[in-house]
Amino acid sequence: MWSLSYIANALHDWLYQTFSPTLALIIEMVIAGIAVIGLFAVLGLVLVIMERRVAAWMQIRLGPNRVGPFGLLQSLADTLKLLVKEGMTPSGSDKFLFNLAPYIAMMVAMLLMAPIAFAKDFQLWDLNIGVLYVSAVSSIMVISILMAGWASNNKYSLMGAMRSGAQIVSYELSAGLSVLVVVVLTGSLKISDIIQSQADGWWIFKGHVPVLVAFVIFIIAVTAETNRAPFDLAEAESELTAGFHTEYSGMKFALFFLAEYINVFIVCSIGAILFLGGWMPFHIGHWEGFNRVMDYIPSSIWFFGKTFFLIFVIMWFRWTFPRLRIDQLLNLEWKYLLPISMINILLATAIAIAGWHF
Amino acid sequence: MFRETEILQTASQVSSTGGDLEGAGDLVINVGPQHPATHGVLHLVITLNGETIKKVEPHLGYIHRSIEKMCESLTYRQFIYVTSRMDYLSAHMNNHACALCVEKGMQIEVPERAKVVRVIMDELTRIASHELWWGAMAMDVGAFTPFFHAFRERETINEIMEETCGARLTMNYYVPGGLMAELHPDFQKKVKSFITLFKSKIDEYDELVTGNIIFQNRMKGVGYLSAEDAVSFGCSGPTARGSGVSSDIRKLYPYAAYDQVQFDEVLENGCDSFARYMIRIREMKQSVRIIEQLIDNIPEGDFQAKTKAVLKLPKGEFYTRVETARGELGVYIVSEGGTTPYRIKFRSPGFSNLSALDQMARGSKLGDLVAMMGTLDLVIPDIDR
Amino acid sequence: MPGLPSLRERGSRGEANMFIVNYIKDIYKGIRSLLVGMRRTGYYFTHHKEIITQEYPDNRDTLKMADRFKGEVVMPHDENNEHRCTGCTACELACPNGTIKVVTKFDITPEGKKKKAIDKLVYHLELCTMCNLCIIACPSDAIVMAQTFEHSVFDRAQLTKILNNPGSKIMEGVE
Repeated sequence: MWSLSYIANALHDWLYQTFSPTLALIIEMVIAGIAVIGLFAVLGLVLVIMERRVAAWMQIRLGPNRVGPFGLLQSLADTLKLLVKEGMTPSGSDKFLFNLAPYIAMMVAMLLMAPIAFAKDFQLWDLNIGVLYVSAVSSIMVISILMAGWASNNKYSLMGAMRSGAQIVSYELSAGLSVLVVVVLTGSLKISDIIQSQADGWWIFKGHVPVLVAFVIFIIAVTAETNRAPFDLAEAESELTAGFHTEYSGMKFALFFLAEYINVFIVCSIGAILFLGGWMPFHIGHWEGFNRVMDYIPSSIWFFGKTFFLIFVIMWFRWTFPRLRIDQLLNLEWKYLLPISMINILLATAIAIAGWHF
Repeated sequence: MFRETEILQTASQVSSTGGDLEGAGDLVINVGPQHPATHGVLHLVITLNGETIKKVEPHLGYIHRSIEKMCESLTYRQFIYVTSRMDYLSAHMNNHACALCVEKGMQIEVPERAKVVRVIMDELTRIASHELWWGAMAMDVGAFTPFFHAFRERETINEIMEETCGARLTMNYYVPGGLMAELHPDFQKKVKSFITLFKSKIDEYDELVTGNIIFQNRMKGVGYLSAEDAVSFGCSGPTARGSGVSSDIRKLYPYAAYDQVQFDEVLENGCDSFARYMIRIREMKQSVRIIEQLIDNIPEGDFQAKTKAVLKLPKGEFYTRVETARGELGVYIVSEGGTTPYRIKFRSPGFSNLSALDQMARGSKLGDLVAMMGTLDLVIPDIDR
Repeated sequence: MPGLPSLRERGSRGEANMFIVNYIKDIYKGIRSLLVGMRRTGYYFTHHKEIITQEYPDNRDTLKMADRFKGEVVMPHDENNEHRCTGCTACELACPNGTIKVVTKFDITPEGKKKKAIDKLVYHLELCTMCNLCIIACPSDAIVMAQTFEHSVFDRAQLTKILNNPGSKIMEGVE
């Protein structure tokens, strides 16, 4: 059977038979690193073209259609253009931090790849605190934005960075609380356990209202956390020109750009894992025939399908809604999302204790 | 009302006060002349305290082309085309004001047909202008999609203009004494099909933007401009009417065929950004109403009055005004009896409306400033001329 | 979002109940308004026949400009290489920008008389604002507006055009 986990296991066995364990481990790490970087590049290209297409169709336009078949190579051409462009460093900036910031943004996005299960038994690192790891590491993102904003020596950048700081710190609370709902119901922080617990039905279906509410809050909160419209105050084109990356150009800008899309992918895959069962096929209770048909669809397709559906929803938000104001943004978090999530987690705990979920 | 003229203080003075004086810790930023929110080359110097605006100081002159001086060297037939370049979104109305002024000076009786066609053209231009404003307004508050949806309907108007006037933006269709050319044979059919299209799409605007909770919260209660302030700053058009000040020139001083049609002067008492937004949305519907009344009743006859080959205004001063999409446009001509005007002065609506921005913006957030500029519907070449 | 009332404002239990009801009502209305907008964009996302983009350089063959479109000033010639321009300079006088320059010469007619005719009608496209004043000023309809619009060239000098063809002469009977 040609599944991702089969290929990975075969490679693993071959490496350990051929080389000494230390060398094999090093080679595996290098392969994993290259795979992650490769996935990054591909995801960046795919998501950019997807965003442009979604935007175009919602705006009754055609979208990119000149480079390659159906314009699919457009983002490749854009990358090429950004690669050959000069990466300017403004003279008044803090040069070290200015140049460091995009790499931190990138590094965070890469670190977040580790615990994500792309397919059945196909995961870089199934650590026992996977969910906690994700929420902890994703907080580092704000440091790179603050760093970029401060080091640019530009008032727009600074304001964008400050907005982003307030925003990400606030929205992490409700994102964390809505993640906790699933953790409480599952009883584990381990990603593979959470997926396994959804073998008989995804949490969004069997978790009653609290999980549904948690899902909606999670989507809103991660949209804010990744600085996507309608919460794109850190960039806020019409107010701050480009916010924290106003002064960036060339590949350094591209890294920020890429990190944004990778972050969207990661939060959506976390959402898919927690609420929509990750790579788990769609199963209905005891309908054995139906479940078996669903099992024939490879697990990686299930995972990417769910993730890209959530990405599409986030893009749909972006191309429909106006942007919030900074005080309204914080109002929404502290007066609406946070109280609701707190009540929600209480309800979820009650359900978990009583065992009312399916 | 008397207000301190601290607005004249330059940004450098504020930042140099330093130390323990008021103004310490303020952030002075330049919004524009190259900025996505300024719709052109407006330069605002903003003093901020955190996100809160303390002062807004518009700096003009980046697109000054001395149109008034240019007009003084052109004959009365020639100078009209230049005014299309002031408020390029209501080019027809600008031309109309100039044509009216020359006709007033020369005492030319404009044929009924020309009057009616002028009204239809003006209202089409008003709809086109408000369409573009609606899209740009939504873009200012961060929604990108409405811009393209607005352009779909605006394109239809542009095509009508292109067929009859030969150009899409700077039409130059009005001449002293009437119109430059006869209407295109398809004109009535096209306008009617546009009205059908527009009526089917106007509700989408409410779905997409007006009803949206985020948009309403961004608009309601911000950019407060009281009726007294609106009058004292000389605001006109939708900006003044959003504060409940009746200022529609079409109603108060009817020109062309506006006394023959039924329409309501749109008034809102909200005084905030949302009121100004609603004024324009409702004005589009009134414009459609005006066009519907006239489109089947265009009188037959000449489209142009017989005029002398060389126009010479008698010695004296002449003033006419029209209602453009942004407010009251006044044209003031001083004539010495020659073929060219001695002095021309345009009273442009955008300039007066912009002067109220500081009053409106103080104490609100930076994001609101952009929304307020959107609701003022600034066209920079109109302000700067 | 309408803010929560401060503690001072919520006095009695009834008001507190009202507050909860309004709070939930706000959330419901807000979410509903957002979904209405998403339905609209979702409609356009799925209905591609609504797309209005014209693929311009590709549709050059089918692209039809309006017949009154003001592209540039041209002088039509008939098959005998004859035009209708008398060289009266009405267009030159009507032009607000000095776009048109009429250079006249004197032809010798077969009867031996001198007759004024144009040598060159110089037209500066780079100065022209397409205001149409020259066209309506022309008493003999010698110049018209063409519907071309792709005027970009690499050298500015190419925009200065001589409208009458070389060796052309005035049509019989045009005065």
